[in-house]
Amino acid sequence: MKMIVAIIQPFRLDEVKEALYAVDVNLITVSEVLGHGRQGGVTEVYRGHKETGNLLRKMRLEIAVNENFVEPTIQAIIKGARTGEVGDGKIFVYDLNEVVRIRTGERGTEAIG
Amino acid sequence: MRRIIPLVITVVFTVVTPLLAEDASSSTNAVTVQTTQSAAREPVLDTGNTAWVLVSTALVFFMTVPALALFYGGLVRKKNVLSILMQSFMSVALVSLIWVAFGYSLAFSDTELIPGVLGDFKWAFLHTINPADLSPYAVSDTVGRIPHLVFVMFQCMFAAITPALIIGAFAERIKFSGFLFFTVLWTIFVYTPLAHMVWSTNGWLLKLGALDFAGGTVVHINAGFAALVTVLIIGKRKNLRSTPPHNLPFTLIGSAMLWFGWFGFNGGSSLAANGIAALALLTTNTATAVAALVWALMDVIFNRRSTILGVATGAVVGLVAITPASGYVNVGGAMVIGAIASVISFSMVTWIKERFGYDDSLDVFGCHGIGGLVGAILTGVFADPSVWKSFGAKYAGLAYGNPQQLIIQLIASGVSITVTLIGTLIIFKFVDLVIGVRVDEKSEAIGLDITQHNERAYTVIE
Repeated sequence: MKMIVAIIQPFRLDEVKEALYAVDVNLITVSEVLGHGRQGGVTEVYRGHKETGNLLRKMRLEIAVNENFVEPTIQAIIKGARTGEVGDGKIFVYDLNEVVRIRTGERGTEAIG
Repeated sequence: MRRIIPLVITVVFTVVTPLLAEDASSSTNAVTVQTTQSAAREPVLDTGNTAWVLVSTALVFFMTVPALALFYGGLVRKKNVLSILMQSFMSVALVSLIWVAFGYSLAFSDTELIPGVLGDFKWAFLHTINPADLSPYAVSDTVGRIPHLVFVMFQCMFAAITPALIIGAFAERIKFSGFLFFTVLWTIFVYTPLAHMVWSTNGWLLKLGALDFAGGTVVHINAGFAALVTVLIIGKRKNLRSTPPHNLPFTLIGSAMLWFGWFGFNGGSSLAANGIAALALLTTNTATAVAALVWALMDVIFNRRSTILGVATGAVVGLVAITPASGYVNVGGAMVIGAIASVISFSMVTWIKERFGYDDSLDVFGCHGIGGLVGAILTGVFADPSVWKSFGAKYAGLAYGNPQQLIIQLIASGVSITVTLIGTLIIFKFVDLVIGVRVDEKSEAIGLDITQHNERAYTVIE
């Protein structure tokens, strides 16, 4: 079991969600986060004053999957999120030790999907 | 059906025949009444009337910013809220300038470039209007007048809110420069001629006897049908699915502020602090209350719960529908108008929009176009001749034995719709060709606040 965490551009969320649904990945947690990588933040202008280096709005996706879904999930995220420009984001994959479904008490690969 | 058809034919014949034969001078509108009365008493400045219309002017200003801006701003996604506020604000600023430069003159001067349709530049930059001059326009008090400049400013606020109403239609995808260009051209080429036709001394719809107390045709039918044209040209939003409004408290506050400002919009249209202003206040409040209640009831019937968005929308529909009728109907008429408009607009935005699949983001057509049309037509039904008994005129609708008025209202509505459909089509297409009306796909996905204004409404942390 793996935990896939992806940081993507907020305006690609719709495309990523559709790409995930297309490969039958339907369980997803999304949160709004701030941060920046090489892109180095945005410049906004307030009353003529440039505010540089502001943290950028990003979307953070968390998806827990069984091994056979790892690669399709990664490909789906890339397909939906990639624009080819700096700031498209990153995907992190961790090992996942345990999953428990609270309602039934099921564990492991049973509980994941 | 079989019973209705001969009835309709009889009504149309009995009405149209005298209508066609009627001489323009015999119509009973307030402006002609004024000439007969002023022979007896010279118009003088009335400070009470002036004070009320001054206050009303400020109330109507308040309807565009912040009321309408908040009403619409709450309904869009949070990445686009600033664009709505900005467009509303800029409507007031742009139109204010056009209005004093030549807009007022084109709409209201008694000398004309196109007889009955468009005025000329006689009052351009208001240069011949002295602060001491009395308004040539009077509605319910032909003797106690307001200064001409107060009338100019009162009308300025009407001109400013009308293009702002359209903002809700192309929300979340319009290019800011395109919006500005469109608003300027639309105010000059669509709003001013229509205002001239319906409200100016020589306007041909006024001479025909069309009743529009506070702008059902000029403001609401006009903006509502223009909205329909713009959404058909600009196309649907990308990735369109029902997104919840980002801030319903804004929307409800905006709707309540509209209700508040509308007392000036309708009450001020009496141009006097008298019984007709009071009547307009009463009918406005009553129709709005009924429309909000009816919408809530339909929400319960069809969606199981009454909603905040429902009552906010219902109230606005009631305000729109009562606008043309507000100074002519009694309290019963106001209730019926509010109820009918609410039912029809509810059906429009719930089922009919779905059916046709056009993307009128914030239902400008369903609320203002349809609500305005219902109000304009029903004015011809429920205008009660007894309410103007002491004000030197008599306006009767179908329900009071004057079917002719209903036909006139239908003609006036039809003309307004035609003018706005054709005018908006040409102007919006032209703007699209010259500078484009729609942002690119990426800008639309990122949101108009960042891409058009380089600012955002909310921070996440900090």
